[in-house]
Amino acid sequence: MNRPRIVITGVGLTSPNGNSISEFRDNLLRGVANIQEIDMRYMGKVPAGVCDFEATKYQSRKELRVGTRAGSIAIYCASEAIANSAIDFPNYDKDRIGVYIGTTEHGNVETENEIYNISKFDYDTRYWTHHHNPRTVANNPAGEITINLGITGPHYTIGAACAAGNAGLIQAVQMLQLNEVDFALAGGVSESIQTFGIFAGFKSQGALAKHDDPNKASRPFDISRNGIVVSEGGCLFTLERLDDALERGASIIAEIIGYCMNSDASDYVLPNPERQSECMLKAVRSSGLALSDIDLISTHATSTPQGDIQECKAIREVFQNCPSTYINNSKGFIGHAMGAAGALELAGNLPSFRDNTIHPTINIDTLDEECTLNNLVINHPLKVDSIKYILNNSFGMLGINSALVLKKYDE
Amino acid sequence: MTEEQVKQIVIDIINEIAPDEDTSNLKSEVNLRDQMDLDSMDFLDIVMELRKQHGIEVPEEDYPKLASLDSCADYLTPKFNS
Repeated sequence: MNRPRIVITGVGLTSPNGNSISEFRDNLLRGVANIQEIDMRYMGKVPAGVCDFEATKYQSRKELRVGTRAGSIAIYCASEAIANSAIDFPNYDKDRIGVYIGTTEHGNVETENEIYNISKFDYDTRYWTHHHNPRTVANNPAGEITINLGITGPHYTIGAACAAGNAGLIQAVQMLQLNEVDFALAGGVSESIQTFGIFAGFKSQGALAKHDDPNKASRPFDISRNGIVVSEGGCLFTLERLDDALERGASIIAEIIGYCMNSDASDYVLPNPERQSECMLKAVRSSGLALSDIDLISTHATSTPQGDIQECKAIREVFQNCPSTYINNSKGFIGHAMGAAGALELAGNLPSFRDNTIHPTINIDTLDEECTLNNLVINHPLKVDSIKYILNNSFGMLGINSALVLKKYDE
Repeated sequence: MTEEQVKQIVIDIINEIAPDEDTSNLKSEVNLRDQMDLDSMDFLDIVMELRKQHGIEVPEEDYPKLASLDSCADYLTPKFNS
């Protein structure tokens, strides 16, 4: 089947260390992390990645009060992405725009807040807010975008644990190829730092990061890593069919040429390197490339003792004969942005198509031998001859794997 | 509690739930929805805040009595004073 080519034409993001792709990229190249300690209800201080974007740039104060943090992050990212795409949005047919947002989870924050609220009223449910249901329906972050921007095409979220950012993009690619929409907003968002349940769950699992210096708490591949730093954030891309983008004279950031999603079918939390290998292989195969064509792998590794080892096993298995494939990870800078992670990490690496520089994996003082990878870029950025193809990994609980292959667009 | 005080309580609640609105020159006799961008969800918020902050219950059949500041004062003042 001859499918239309799909390209990225805009990026909007908020991460703990940047509220635009240029600020984010600059901090990745300069080695600037931004993790802080926050006071978590019932738990005390925990490290977390907090975003500091200007929410009122695109929302009224009433919208902010009624909506959710995930919705607000989504609206900010969507609006920034649309501006970045330079599309004539006011005159665009809003019925032909699709919104596909990946989320790890949604509704925990709002439900926890309401239970806390009614605990002040002896658990009398008359004090439970009527905003609860519109805030907690799974489509909330995508739906808030459509209300804010007047988009009347399809919108929904894709629940895909921490593979969600890639999953949102894959959905958009498919819908554009099926001609269901002409323009898509896709990626992932996360408001997870607002819920104690996520933190407490990771802590009970022995997978919540702990470190005296919050900026060193997230340390993928380091021997002393001890868990995840949960972060909020979002990253949405505008996607179009290549022909449409060319016709309107869009500036093309990258082309999505391959992808794969598969399932471990083995464990609730422990990743399965065999299935991760298959996922990467299938993604590269679907792009028509050889494995050795991949210039850069953006890893998912979350700084957990077990998970990082599993991904490294998978990468060694697949890319053992690829001496010019470099590898990095972005979570040392921003923690684990959950549903936004895959999209944010991709956005952080896309500028390497132009500057031929790979941002490093930071916070590696002593590399875990079990995480040894050829060409892992550690602690300092690396300038290379050229970056033409990126593989973006994103994996999640219940054994959900995703890999995306991006190509530098040459005019 | 006077009717003017009750009106101020309602205005204070509106300031919380609709922070973008200018409530400095509201006309007491005119429907609130004709002067501000308030929807049915906002009225539910007003009812909730009366319950939370002041222990006042407004049954659903009485919601129309919250239409204007004057009607709010007529309806709510006896409740505040009972």
